[in-house]
Amino acid sequence: MVNLTPLDAFVRLAWLLGAVAFVIGLSRMNSPATARNGNLVSAGGMVLAIGATAVYLLFRPSTGSFNVVGWLIILAGIAVGGGYGLYSARTVKMTAMPQLVSLFNAVGGGAAALIAIDEYLRHAGTVPGLQENVATVLDIAIGAVTFTGSLIASGKLMGLRITPSRAVKIPGGQLVTLVLAAVVIAGSAFLFLGNYNAAVMAGILIAALIFGITLALPIGGADMPVVISLLNSFTGTAVAMAGFVLNNPVLIIAGALVGASGAILTKLMADAMNRSILNIMLGGFGGGDSATAAVAGVGGSVREVSLDDAAIQLAYASSVIVVPGYGLAVAQAQHGVRELAEVLEAKGVDVKYAIHPVAGRMPGHMNVLLAEANVPYPQLREMDDINPEFDRCDVALVIGANDVTNPAARKPGSPVSGMPILDVDHAKNIIVMKRSMGRGYAGIDNELYTNPKTGMLFKDAKAGLAELVAAVKAL
Amino acid sequence: MNGDPAVTSMPIDLAFTIFVLAIMCGVAVISKVPATLHTPLMSGANSIHGIVLVGAMIIAVAADNPVSYVLSFLAVAFASLNVVGGYVVTDRMLQMFRRKPAAPKTDKAEG
Repeated sequence: MVNLTPLDAFVRLAWLLGAVAFVIGLSRMNSPATARNGNLVSAGGMVLAIGATAVYLLFRPSTGSFNVVGWLIILAGIAVGGGYGLYSARTVKMTAMPQLVSLFNAVGGGAAALIAIDEYLRHAGTVPGLQENVATVLDIAIGAVTFTGSLIASGKLMGLRITPSRAVKIPGGQLVTLVLAAVVIAGSAFLFLGNYNAAVMAGILIAALIFGITLALPIGGADMPVVISLLNSFTGTAVAMAGFVLNNPVLIIAGALVGASGAILTKLMADAMNRSILNIMLGGFGGGDSATAAVAGVGGSVREVSLDDAAIQLAYASSVIVVPGYGLAVAQAQHGVRELAEVLEAKGVDVKYAIHPVAGRMPGHMNVLLAEANVPYPQLREMDDINPEFDRCDVALVIGANDVTNPAARKPGSPVSGMPILDVDHAKNIIVMKRSMGRGYAGIDNELYTNPKTGMLFKDAKAGLAELVAAVKAL
Repeated sequence: MNGDPAVTSMPIDLAFTIFVLAIMCGVAVISKVPATLHTPLMSGANSIHGIVLVGAMIIAVAADNPVSYVLSFLAVAFASLNVVGGYVVTDRMLQMFRRKPAAPKTDKAEG
């Protein structure tokens, strides 16, 4: 056993407590009632771990003179980064949440990569042991991919002109990917054979940075939840690798927790779209083989419903399920939908919300948007939970959702085939509020719209909901 | 000052054991989180990897040349942005999840 000084023991215990707080914090996320407290526990663990590290670095013996510049750097960095973090976190709109989370993810990965770069340069000339070498290369490569990938994802979500939110085809994209992968693999192999070479490491870094861009750029809007989750998982892994580089257990534990969390969410999101992660990475819908075969067979006429008829159907229903999609958030109509629900509830109607896992731009995004509009969370129901209830529901009101309601997903031969959908067509009556007959992300017609039970209400979500509220009140 | 920034040392097998067990612990804990909370979960997990600030501080106090100064400043600033922004925004989101609306307007049912 190694004998620890009291100071060593103190910092290690503080790190352990920090790690425990992270696990408790995450486990308290299993219910909305305890989640906020869980986040505070996790934050407390973070403050403890960071504070103890500062104490340790200040008072540890045998490191020579006090590094004034180093401490100034720490204070300045915390002031700049923390200040901007506080400002952006307080001012961000809930619709803009995915791009902010993506930005935080980018800088986390970036920080992990920077640590490994600094460590590598510090030991210039000395060949690190194989384990350290592997950890360093992985940290730099994964951290760099996350950094640029998350920045691009964030830019796409913001709708910046250089990073359009649609899927961007990179000419020769797969060739570029192969070349980049070859650079990383060849470079790593060279280093692992026992060489120290900063130029090779720089090559790996640059290839990884470019790879992050080519990874995120071709991803279309509705696939974003998958990519954001995946990048989140990458950052966790990069931080764990930084832990291996620095021999730091709390970095390893925290990174592993986040890596696992991101991986689970990635899987859930990909399953919710019935697409493999690889398929999503390789490009948007329509690139596949059978994409065009399915559209045939959808025809039939569409029935329009008047505003007053829709209001009467809703007001005299005993149960209504609202199906919100991203179109609702784009139209900023979350408050309108909550108002409509309140007016209906005042008339004794039971109102619930059916939330598809990929209804927003990141996992669970729609829930946050509706929670912000003061919708009580017990009314927000998950797909598997609510689907049986469509059979008993009088009216399903679809607002801004398309592909996730398309019954074509139950049959083979369509781009959405096999994707789990909300069983909206099982409801007794269906009202679809939509601006026009435009298609969804998958670019196919929605059979729901030609269902005889469906009435189309061609309105903008925000204005249409306001009119519906007024019409229901007038009854 | 050329102190080795690796504050602790541990054998690689031990480090790897910790890594694998922490992944399993993460899977066990996170599988129980309902879809309603997936955005705060991701944002909260995001804040947790801000722990990389510990690493950034460790390299900053060992920095002794301009390149290291720049690298460690960026690392500290990035990690701080990650930590502070992550926790604050997660808290902001979670405080919106209420059982009942904050200002209940009418609860009376007529129909």
